[in-house]
Amino acid sequence: MSKVRVLVGTRKGAFVLESDGKRQNWDVAGPFFAGWEVYHMKGSPVDPNRIYASQTSSWFGQVIQRSSDGGRTWETPGGGPQQLPGGWMKGESNKFVYDESKETGAPLNTHQWYDGTQKPWVFKRVWHLEPSLTDPDSVYAGVEDAALFRSTDGAASWQELPGLRGHGTGPNWQPGAGGMCLHTVILDPSDPGRIYIAISAAGAFRTDDGGKSWKPINHGLRSNHIPDPNAEIGHCVHHVAMHPSRPGVLFMQKHWDVMRSDDAGENWKEVSGNLPTDFGFVIDVHAHEPETIYVVPIKSDGEHFPPEGKLRVYRSRSGGNEWEPLTKGLPQSNCYVNVLRDAMAVDALDSCGIYFGTTGGQVYASADAGDSWAPIVRDLPAVLSVEVQTLP
Amino acid sequence: MIRVVLPPHLRTLAKIAGEVELEVPGPATQRSVLDALEARYPMLRGTIRDHVTQQRRPFLRFFACEEDLSHESPDAALPEAVASGAEPLLIIGAIAGG
Repeated sequence: MSKVRVLVGTRKGAFVLESDGKRQNWDVAGPFFAGWEVYHMKGSPVDPNRIYASQTSSWFGQVIQRSSDGGRTWETPGGGPQQLPGGWMKGESNKFVYDESKETGAPLNTHQWYDGTQKPWVFKRVWHLEPSLTDPDSVYAGVEDAALFRSTDGAASWQELPGLRGHGTGPNWQPGAGGMCLHTVILDPSDPGRIYIAISAAGAFRTDDGGKSWKPINHGLRSNHIPDPNAEIGHCVHHVAMHPSRPGVLFMQKHWDVMRSDDAGENWKEVSGNLPTDFGFVIDVHAHEPETIYVVPIKSDGEHFPPEGKLRVYRSRSGGNEWEPLTKGLPQSNCYVNVLRDAMAVDALDSCGIYFGTTGGQVYASADAGDSWAPIVRDLPAVLSVEVQTLP
Repeated sequence: MIRVVLPPHLRTLAKIAGEVELEVPGPATQRSVLDALEARYPMLRGTIRDHVTQQRRPFLRFFACEEDLSHESPDAALPEAVASGAEPLLIIGAIAGG
């Protein structure tokens, strides 16, 4: 019988939750990296035992952890007792240095700050780790201040893909309330050269040549908080999701508005429809139904909790516009948690499982595509991210 | 032998317990001690000082012999009591957060 492994990053460490295919009884392991913020963990699609984790701290900076046994044990790649020629160990798995060399494009040193002035790019943390679809030693990292890095040696060392920051609009990027983070990385399974990324608050971008050149893909987005609501850059995209069988179709939860693109991001149209509020952070797609999507509406940008104190997942079976609330098993009174942008995921079992974590420390699971829910755990630290592995 | 006391989270990261004792070639300075520390525990690179600028991370301080050495030059000699191993160099995380 298949198994499911849920990787949970929290404000105070990481947790690994495992169950058989029934998804009723769960083993909870952790906390790993106790006391540190774990922004994201994700497993390799080609080697499920290989998992990468972003461990971060305001005190001690960034650490990258790697597991080769499904999350039971962890190591800092290149940080162990290995002796390199010359007598020095390398220890560069947490070294994220922006590429400002002339050889790779125009040096780019500043972006827009909250007050409109220019501010130097400074690395702060890794928000998202996206393992390669074909090589367990290759992994992408979306970081704050926004940039995309790649490792091809199992996260022992990192190199920026500088064409993104350097393509021309970088000086106009600005931070959202959470920082200027590159939080979404989507690899196209049908085209190894195509990658989508999203940045708060710059927008969505796409490369078709493996990261050498990039273009903004924000046509159709409208954001009333910027001087030109239809600008090419400046949109606070919260998350983007794609079904692997239809890589040209994208779904987006923007700061406000749920959006959809049917042409690889060239054009977007709003599909918020009958949602009670179209503000939110997460969005995801059913594993077997590419037109079935999920969001968790949040009251507003000033009030980051569910409307009316009712925690409701909304599902659309029509790719947007027509939404139904899913409430069975979820608290329907006095609930004031948030669900952050990387804190929803799906499994690939026949009856698709949906998972999400809250800032109140609950991880909820549905083994029936959202019809009913139950908490796997109730009292973790605030959940930052949830990823799911479907195991043989 | 130079003695260094790390904050708990860095001891956990480096998988060590208690104080670190380091052989430091040449004069004992913040830089030479941190060089030796990072050579033995490469996972600590970037956690105390920046990889590139070598600047101390802002939420960390260096104390020794009841003095705050955080703003001393990284190449200034550490107190004799630290150089001789009589007193440890304390790397302290700011008390903040939740």
